[in-house]
Amino acid sequence: MNAYEIIVVGGGPAGLAAAIEAHRQGVRNILLLERDRELGGILQQCIHNGFGLHIFKEELTGPEYAERFICQLRELGIEYRLDTLVLDVRADRSLDCVSPQHGFETLQARAIILAMGCRERTRGAITIPGTRPAGIFTAGAAQRYVNMEGCMVGRRVVILGSGDIGLIMARRLTLEGAKVLAVAEVLPYSGGLVRNLVQCLDDFDIPLFLSHTLAGIRGRDRVEGVTIARVDAQRRPVPGTEIDYACDTLLLSVGLIPENELSRSMGLALDPMTSGPVVDESLETSVPGIFACGNVVQVHDLVDWVSEEARRAGRGAARQVLGSRPPAQADLATRAGSGVRYVVPQHIRAGGLDGPVDLMLRVTEPRHNQWLVARSGAQVVHKARKAHVTPGEMETLRIPAGKLNGLAGELTLGLEEVVS
Amino acid sequence: MKRELICIGCPMGCRLSLESDPLAPKGYRVSGCGCLRGEDYAIKEVTAPTRMLTSTVRIEGARLPRLPVRTSAAIPKERLGECMALLGGLTEHSPVIMGQVLVRDLFGTGVDLIASRSL
Amino acid sequence: MIIGGGIVGCLVGRELSRYQLSLVLVEQHSDVADGTTKANSAIVHAGFDAQPGSLKARFNVAGNARYEALCRDLDVPFRRNGSLVLAFTPAELPALHDLLDRGRSNGVEGLELLSGAQVRVREPQLSEQVIEALYAPSGGIVSPWEVAIAAAENAVDHGMELRLDSPVEHLLRIPGGWRATTAGGRELEARVVINCAGLQSDRIHNLVAEPSFKIHYRRGEYFVLDRSAGQLVQATIFQCPSEQGKGVLISPTVHGNLIVGPNAEQVASPDALETTTAGLESVRQAALRSCANIPFQAVITSFSGLRPTPSTHDFIIGPVPGAPGFLDVAGIESPGLTAAPAIAEHVAELVREALGGLVPRPFNPRRRPMIRFAELSSAGKAACVRADPRFGRVVCRCERVTEGEIVDAIHRSAGATTLDGIKRRLRPGMGRCQGGFCGPRVVEILARELGVPMTAIRKDGPDSVLLTGETKRETKRETKSETKSEMKGVPA
Repeated sequence: MNAYEIIVVGGGPAGLAAAIEAHRQGVRNILLLERDRELGGILQQCIHNGFGLHIFKEELTGPEYAERFICQLRELGIEYRLDTLVLDVRADRSLDCVSPQHGFETLQARAIILAMGCRERTRGAITIPGTRPAGIFTAGAAQRYVNMEGCMVGRRVVILGSGDIGLIMARRLTLEGAKVLAVAEVLPYSGGLVRNLVQCLDDFDIPLFLSHTLAGIRGRDRVEGVTIARVDAQRRPVPGTEIDYACDTLLLSVGLIPENELSRSMGLALDPMTSGPVVDESLETSVPGIFACGNVVQVHDLVDWVSEEARRAGRGAARQVLGSRPPAQADLATRAGSGVRYVVPQHIRAGGLDGPVDLMLRVTEPRHNQWLVARSGAQVVHKARKAHVTPGEMETLRIPAGKLNGLAGELTLGLEEVVS
Repeated sequence: MKRELICIGCPMGCRLSLESDPLAPKGYRVSGCGCLRGEDYAIKEVTAPTRMLTSTVRIEGARLPRLPVRTSAAIPKERLGECMALLGGLTEHSPVIMGQVLVRDLFGTGVDLIASRSL
Repeated sequence: MIIGGGIVGCLVGRELSRYQLSLVLVEQHSDVADGTTKANSAIVHAGFDAQPGSLKARFNVAGNARYEALCRDLDVPFRRNGSLVLAFTPAELPALHDLLDRGRSNGVEGLELLSGAQVRVREPQLSEQVIEALYAPSGGIVSPWEVAIAAAENAVDHGMELRLDSPVEHLLRIPGGWRATTAGGRELEARVVINCAGLQSDRIHNLVAEPSFKIHYRRGEYFVLDRSAGQLVQATIFQCPSEQGKGVLISPTVHGNLIVGPNAEQVASPDALETTTAGLESVRQAALRSCANIPFQAVITSFSGLRPTPSTHDFIIGPVPGAPGFLDVAGIESPGLTAAPAIAEHVAELVREALGGLVPRPFNPRRRPMIRFAELSSAGKAACVRADPRFGRVVCRCERVTEGEIVDAIHRSAGATTLDGIKRRLRPGMGRCQGGFCGPRVVEILARELGVPMTAIRKDGPDSVLLTGETKRETKRETKSETKSEMKGVPA
């Protein structure tokens, strides 16, 4: 069997939710391809809780959240394959994949949903000078070793990056008996949730150095020490501000990059601000019939919104296959306005929308007491009051279809001060 | 007694200031809250802080060597160390079902240790 | 006995394994190609740079000519992409023309001078400031560590013994030859000892004779850029050489990446392998002169390598007076990689003289071909997985390397036992994610295939511990939360 109606690339939270929704919409011939030995994606190594607060009103661990979707996938009888890597996807919606069980295969689909997730930014990519000893790990790789293989990665740890992965690992390693000496963050604020700052750092008296970065690494075979230093406005270390730590481990939590190698080689239009494909409100990319969702589109911070976005993609792909998608009319491009870094979707097929559109965005800096405003020219289309916005937390603006249908040109999302 | 803390009730992260005051209704005066939940959080955090614990235990006969586990509810924060030591001595055996109770009533807290996935 | 398992030692080993000899290669690190061989520009030089009449010149041109056949036999990648030396100002032209003359004296073929306009037709990304360039079609790119590893495998398949983790500490003259003592007190005896010890070649020489040269360590730092930048230039782009050396180059690599570097800085120790902010910045600035569009945001890693620069300014190859049976092959800095195949043949002749003759044995110069799954056709991939399902599990997502290839690389002669050993043989860890995804999986496979726990697997040498232990050991721990509560006097 080589032809399917929908093939989903990736069996993490995005792929799972997309496949389930497509099934719910009436598509039956679905195949989900996952490269790892089990479904669930990165959630299987995220053994901490905090997942599902919004969509399940519970605080689940990563594996528990994944299990909800995996069970549903199995109950619906949706076909899936493990240990299967997609090597190539083409605009005609054929793809090549390989697995030990099925060998090398070329499959055909009527719609494809890309849900490959993201990878971690590396030491090499940010050019930390120094030696290249053992003991330098990205936080996610360390998390896999500790939580799944049961191996400790070190005894005395310094962490670069105060995003949630770094904070979570600070706590995890401390609970397993390591000493986390410091967390350095290059920005003047942390990208992680306040809750994690309190429960991962404060609880264990781990100092956080804002506006600091790694200035050097030493140690020939294994890390022997690192140096952190304050940074200037160009994010370069300021001489004289160095702090040396004797440690054997450096964890890097310096950003996630959507894994778009397949998208790139297929020629999908990519948005340089998100590093993900340009998509419309149903998550269709620049190639008809190819949809994308989850971290491959934009790096999310809450898995709940990944699932919501993935459901939209599943619905979009299903409607495409079932022929129930309203034809495109006017195209409305979204733009990031003042204080906003990017907006997803990058364009909306306004006209024939039969439901509200969720615009997802990130702001450029933390601000309090703002209006999040969508304008068409000078005209306010929709707005929402936000007490507090920060780059580390994705915001959503839900705009009713009635306000968008009929618009054309550009829709700009920006922050405006609340004038009392 | 005076204490500074950050509220984790919502993303605002209000900086709270708490001071013991025998004359105050709850025994403490809390300032800096953006909402009513802040006061409750601050008082609880100072008098009886609790935490959820998530970790792993050894498991044998499964395709992974570690089983993710969690407490069924938050436990007193000062018990975390004891709890981790207890986990260090546990070895489970496959098959284990997600949600299965592995240790009942940890240290008399009324909170169980449960499996966070099936293995 | 060959001391040193870099490109020179491994190729010497391969040459000598053609003959009926008992042969041992003694290497201080845990793998071959673990010194300068793994950290250089990876260029097979045309030969216009070396001084006419020098050993460098002689062996450079001879070695360059051997690379196609060598790499075909060893099944390692090689590409003759040509070299361009750029001049930006009239003041540099005499130096450029001198290279042309030197090249012709050295017997380099196909050299020609190009105008700035001609250069930019060939290489549209190069700077408008280029006024003239020397073009050498015989320049090439290779993967130096893969050549060394493949040569070692070929030699071991023909009877060479490989002793790793064995730095030589003493050499004692005994009747008929030499006795070497390696760290840990192990002893080896041989009639002939060949010093291919790279950065340590003066120290090894000094174990048997009076010092006659000194090795200086000149560090060069590099950037490696993502494959997406690999088409920026086609040829290897040099700048006019100065007293510093050959200058900063930009080149595609044989794997499709872009390499930029090196600078040249004298350092005091053979362990001074760190990269530096100042050094990398100077590489960046120098490289931008050749091409203003280098996409430095696509850097995936940086590294440094040490050149074993001889105080004599030329290769030191030959017997040592007063130390019969001892041969120096020392100071093999640039163009050492290029020269190595020719040096190896010459050393075999020196060994023939020292022993009074060599008897050939049956020798297959071709090592067993590598299966490079990513390069197979669709039909090839399908057949490969049908034959062995382990080729169907892709472990390194960035470079598309399969479990089958990793298992093979572990079990071949001179096989991998470390994470970096897999990286150098197969590429996991050299791609975009720099081992973040594949690392745990490669460690798992190494542990399984070598029959040891994951915590026993090393990154490179015996002290490069990756995993410090298992979780859930009995640890006496005092959580900070307990201390903190006590300190702040929280009422119970």
